[in-house]
Amino acid sequence: MAEVVLMPQLGESVTEGTIGQWLKKVGDTVEKYESLLEVTTDKVNAEVPAPIGGTVSKILAEEGQTVAVGTPICEITASGESSADTAPAAAPAAAKSASAPAAAPSEMAQQPVPETAGSKDLRGRYSPAVRRLAEENHINPDAVTGTGAQGRVTRDDILRAAAAKPLETAQPVSTEPVTRPAPVPPGPPSAPVSAPAAAAAVIDADDEVVPLSSVRKVIADRMMRSKATVPHAWLMMEVDVTSLVALRESLKEEFKAREGVSLTYMPFMLRAVVQALKAVPEMNAQWNGDSIVLKKHVNIGMATATDRGLIVPVIKDADQKNIVGLAKASQDLVKRARSGRLTMDDLTGGTFTVDNTGAIGTVLTYPIINAPEVGIVTMEAIVKRPVVIQDMVAIRSMMNVCISFDHRVVDGAEAGKFIQVIKQNLESIGPSTSLY
Amino acid sequence: MAVMSYLEAIRETLRQEMRHDERIIIYGEDVGVRGGVFRVTEGLQKEFGEDRVIDSPLAEAAIVGTAIGAAVNGLRPVPEIQFADFIFPAINQIVQEAARIRYRSNGAFGVPLVIRAPFGGGVHGALYHSQSVEAFFAHVPGLKVVIPSTPYDAKGLLAAAIQDEDPVLYFEHKAAYRSIKGEVPDERYLIPIGKADLKRTGKDVSIITYGLMVNYALKAAETLEKEGISVEILDLRSIRPLDVEMILETAKRTGKVLIVHEDNLTGGIGGEVSALIAEHALFHLDAPIMRLAGPDVPAMPYSPPLEHAFMVTSDKITEAARKLAKF
Repeated sequence: MAEVVLMPQLGESVTEGTIGQWLKKVGDTVEKYESLLEVTTDKVNAEVPAPIGGTVSKILAEEGQTVAVGTPICEITASGESSADTAPAAAPAAAKSASAPAAAPSEMAQQPVPETAGSKDLRGRYSPAVRRLAEENHINPDAVTGTGAQGRVTRDDILRAAAAKPLETAQPVSTEPVTRPAPVPPGPPSAPVSAPAAAAAVIDADDEVVPLSSVRKVIADRMMRSKATVPHAWLMMEVDVTSLVALRESLKEEFKAREGVSLTYMPFMLRAVVQALKAVPEMNAQWNGDSIVLKKHVNIGMATATDRGLIVPVIKDADQKNIVGLAKASQDLVKRARSGRLTMDDLTGGTFTVDNTGAIGTVLTYPIINAPEVGIVTMEAIVKRPVVIQDMVAIRSMMNVCISFDHRVVDGAEAGKFIQVIKQNLESIGPSTSLY
Repeated sequence: MAVMSYLEAIRETLRQEMRHDERIIIYGEDVGVRGGVFRVTEGLQKEFGEDRVIDSPLAEAAIVGTAIGAAVNGLRPVPEIQFADFIFPAINQIVQEAARIRYRSNGAFGVPLVIRAPFGGGVHGALYHSQSVEAFFAHVPGLKVVIPSTPYDAKGLLAAAIQDEDPVLYFEHKAAYRSIKGEVPDERYLIPIGKADLKRTGKDVSIITYGLMVNYALKAAETLEKEGISVEILDLRSIRPLDVEMILETAKRTGKVLIVHEDNLTGGIGGEVSALIAEHALFHLDAPIMRLAGPDVPAMPYSPPLEHAFMVTSDKITEAARKLAKF
């Protein structure tokens, strides 16, 4: 009897997952707990283990397909049972498990199931009619509620949305296919306020068109949503990290030998951010429409570049760790992020984000907030610059810290205070600062 | 205007046209003395004599072959093949000769021939008395294939077929003969071959079909209307030539198309209709084109439950159209 593998729930409030990559094909044998496939839900490909050992007999969801949690995605025939399944049914299944009386749908040749009969989630899949009408009426189908099967946006949904749109230059759309002459508006053609459609790419003959990876799609969607829905404001402050640089230089050899990980600037920054979040709790919060949610845990996400794209693993309860703990936790996460070994737990629950953009040499960036968080800070490249101290010019190691914040939740005063705490914390580090 | 059955409409049209045109002859197995196994030609031999209503030998190739010769030489033969299932011995005459003579003779000769044949299942006819054969002939350039769905259309299309200068296959569904009734005008009229008929307008789903299935689809549409699903029905009336314009119009109007025929799915006319829509109306489609057809099994079974399972019914059409509407 084949075991049906369902799309797992890879994190609370996760309702669907996208099949990233099948690691096993039909006919492959698989050990119990061996990875079957990768599923993309957040910004990662999480691997789904096989619930039983056996042979993959059916794959029910294709790569790139997004299915609801609980949807069957493949079937595994338990080891040693495959022959029993195909054997003549003369001997009634006296020996086998009594738990599954219903015969498994066998591998009989069948007509392909028409697309209309599928049980997969159809949100985000648009018919040619929907695409055409959406384009003609400047409607983003993503923003339309689908009333069709499995949440599909139907042609009528688009026509309704078009009809509901005020001040539309397009003539009222009927169910009749409209062949319209150029509209002849009385008076100057006024540009209506409407959701701007994305500018289409111009593809020349020798251009290469690369389909989006699932991670790329998630990133694109997140960034779009954050930029379109969160009013970003931005501040920058210069931090004199000369003493921090000196401290690190003096300790790094010994630290590496003793702790087994490198001593970078990241844990110092993380600790400074933790203290700033304690000082300005409104920054450790989330916008909730008609309220603000102040988060009790301090979980700091670290924006991390990987060859699959940007992901943000989270250091849980960062306020309960010292420099050594933060160094180990951050390096562990980065290492696992780059090898694709993060768990869903590593990727969820963040309350604030730190981005070490300086690693690529920038001195000023304008990061996009990881909504629904309220802010994101960057640590920029440390550069030696002449600065004036007590009316004298000195060569100091300087680092810029930038913050993007949700101006609905906090104003410049709070954001400024927040970044000021970071600055004071980093500048107060001296030769005697403890790492523990 | 009289209410007639589908069968009576065919008989009266034959009678009316024969009175009008002496060149028309009827030719086939048992069509004379017996009046045909379904009684379509009953009384015609009495009225028009043995020279015009001729009992033929049991030889379909000869029936069609001699009819082709008669047609080329100036008569208007309307031979009957007793069951469409028996048309295959004549297929060489129909496809190789009748369909091609105009082309082969560079237009010098035509074959004004109408081959009538009862077809279709659901009448406990089993393997050799239930087949749908229209797709074989719809494939052939030079032939016209007509399948009326109502007594009114049966008359207008048969008259048009008889007056056509080229060969026409005229298929009559056996289950329609006595079950389908309707008003038929007394006077002569023609329905042009190649013009579909919009039986019903709707906005959610288009059902494209022909023959007996039109009646089943209309019943399904009534059921669905009560559920708030608005169904449009296009009766093709002829499957070669197809009324491409009306097919595309209805497909564009609703964006959802269900094609229905009793003939089995693979290679059936539904595939051709579907291809036309996909080629010319893609950007109006809101759902995959759907086909409901007889299953791809060798023949109609005799066992009543199996025969019922084979047949496309009103319930099956209702279910398919509902699914498509909800997509």
